[in-house]
Amino acid sequence: MKEILEILEKDARTTPEDIARMLKKNVSSVKKAIKKLEKDGVILKYKTVINRELVRDDSRRVRALIEVKIAPQRGSGFDHIAERIYRFSQVVSCYLLSGTYDLLLVVEGRDIQEVSSFVSEKLSTLDNVRGTVTHFLLKKYKEDGDILKRAERDKRIAISF
Amino acid sequence: MEISRKVEQMPPSGIREFFELVIGMKDVISLGVGEPDFSTPWNICESSMFSIEKGYTSYTSNKGLYELRLGISKYLKHKHDINYDPEKEILVTTGVSEGLDLALRAIINPGDRVLVPDPSYVSYYPVVFLAGGRPVFIKTKKTSFKLTPELVERHISKGVKAVMLNYPANPTGVSYSRRELSALSKVFIKHNLIVICDEIYSELTYDFEHTPLATLKGMKERTMYFDGFSKAFAMTGWRVGYCCGPEKVISAMTKVHQYTMLCAPIMGQMAGMEALKSHTQRHVMEMKREYRRRREFIVGRLNELGLLCPMPEGAFYVFPSIEKTGMDSVLFAKKLLKEQRVAVVPGTAFGSEGKGHVRMSYASKMSDLKEAGLRMERFLRKYAKV
Repeated sequence: MKEILEILEKDARTTPEDIARMLKKNVSSVKKAIKKLEKDGVILKYKTVINRELVRDDSRRVRALIEVKIAPQRGSGFDHIAERIYRFSQVVSCYLLSGTYDLLLVVEGRDIQEVSSFVSEKLSTLDNVRGTVTHFLLKKYKEDGDILKRAERDKRIAISF
Repeated sequence: MEISRKVEQMPPSGIREFFELVIGMKDVISLGVGEPDFSTPWNICESSMFSIEKGYTSYTSNKGLYELRLGISKYLKHKHDINYDPEKEILVTTGVSEGLDLALRAIINPGDRVLVPDPSYVSYYPVVFLAGGRPVFIKTKKTSFKLTPELVERHISKGVKAVMLNYPANPTGVSYSRRELSALSKVFIKHNLIVICDEIYSELTYDFEHTPLATLKGMKERTMYFDGFSKAFAMTGWRVGYCCGPEKVISAMTKVHQYTMLCAPIMGQMAGMEALKSHTQRHVMEMKREYRRRREFIVGRLNELGLLCPMPEGAFYVFPSIEKTGMDSVLFAKKLLKEQRVAVVPGTAFGSEGKGHVRMSYASKMSDLKEAGLRMERFLRKYAKV
């Protein structure tokens, strides 16, 4: 199971046939294992990693990392207020952290204005939000283990002993 | 200018023409590469850069930086429970290739015979020959490309001084279990052979633990134990390896080394020190896991395609039989290259016993192996005699 996840995490398009070859298992048991992982929600979905830097149209949107200080609520701690926040479609990621602030959000918008108005109108106005700090993202170098560059050409000589 | 008779006598690489064909061609998926496709782990590169900034750009002691030899000694102790004195029994070389040459030059007198498995790595025969020795080939095809005690016994004659051993092996991927080695060691001891033991692929052993020959009873005093950084740590271009063995031979090798190479490059030695630190092991394990998966993949694929291919125990090579196509290995490699743009190395590059086989390296990314599999499928559909 763990190995199947590892293979799919590297390349979601690896076919069950190829996975079976790699792990010396039969195809039907690999298919069954993948089905189960999907059913159990371990595999949530399959996506494509896109280097947005190279997409030349207005899909190149603005992102900001936002630190949020929160007063936790009785009974539900941070979870309830976190949900109030992550339900907004502008919020791409939402993490609860230890340290000087509580939530870290990744927020995406068409432009700086859109992100700013989200912060000032939606986020800061929530009852339990005590303060926010917004950092606009200038450039991405590496994300989730992937270096955001075209794969480099193989530098080895084509034949060697 | 006249070339020395000895060099003139050296057989030219029979497949150079094929190599030039590969180099001149575009969009080739090459399974002909004898080195890892991974880059050197970043912590190793970074520490080497740091050492350059600090001004470590000089010669080192002929034997190599003491700290590196100490590191190697500790590493071998920890990993294989074998003791080598960093002062006297370890020599850092410019890759194992240089070390093999030094060892043969250090022990061979004109006419001494050296047992060389066929097929084997391309340099074995030339280094024996250049050292003035007489190679005695041991054909291994019938024993699944392994030396056996009987085979060795059968090739013993007066004047046989040493044997070249390599496991996991290039080009076949074959390795030996502790038991097999123990059986071989008895014959080596019986005939008082020195073993030139190239274990450069030791970390890439998949089905059992690698056993260094020198750890077996009675073998340390007759084994020149070679390993290095190239394969396990993806450091081929750094040119740094090492040889461990009895003080007498190491010091003789050092004598030749100090006049010919002086020392291994310090950048490589600095990088080697970082490679031996325990936190690098994580990268080694990761690469090994990936190789293992690729091995299963390519062996499975080749057997599905009808090319007989046993599961190799180590390194990153498979050595399938292409006999069923009716082609010889050079013709197979040429046609596969021209028609499907997949490069493999003809088995005969490694000796006459490689006839009917090709070497494929799975040190290539999965997507290339998959694509190569599809191309070979097309190729074999056309040529395989059913």
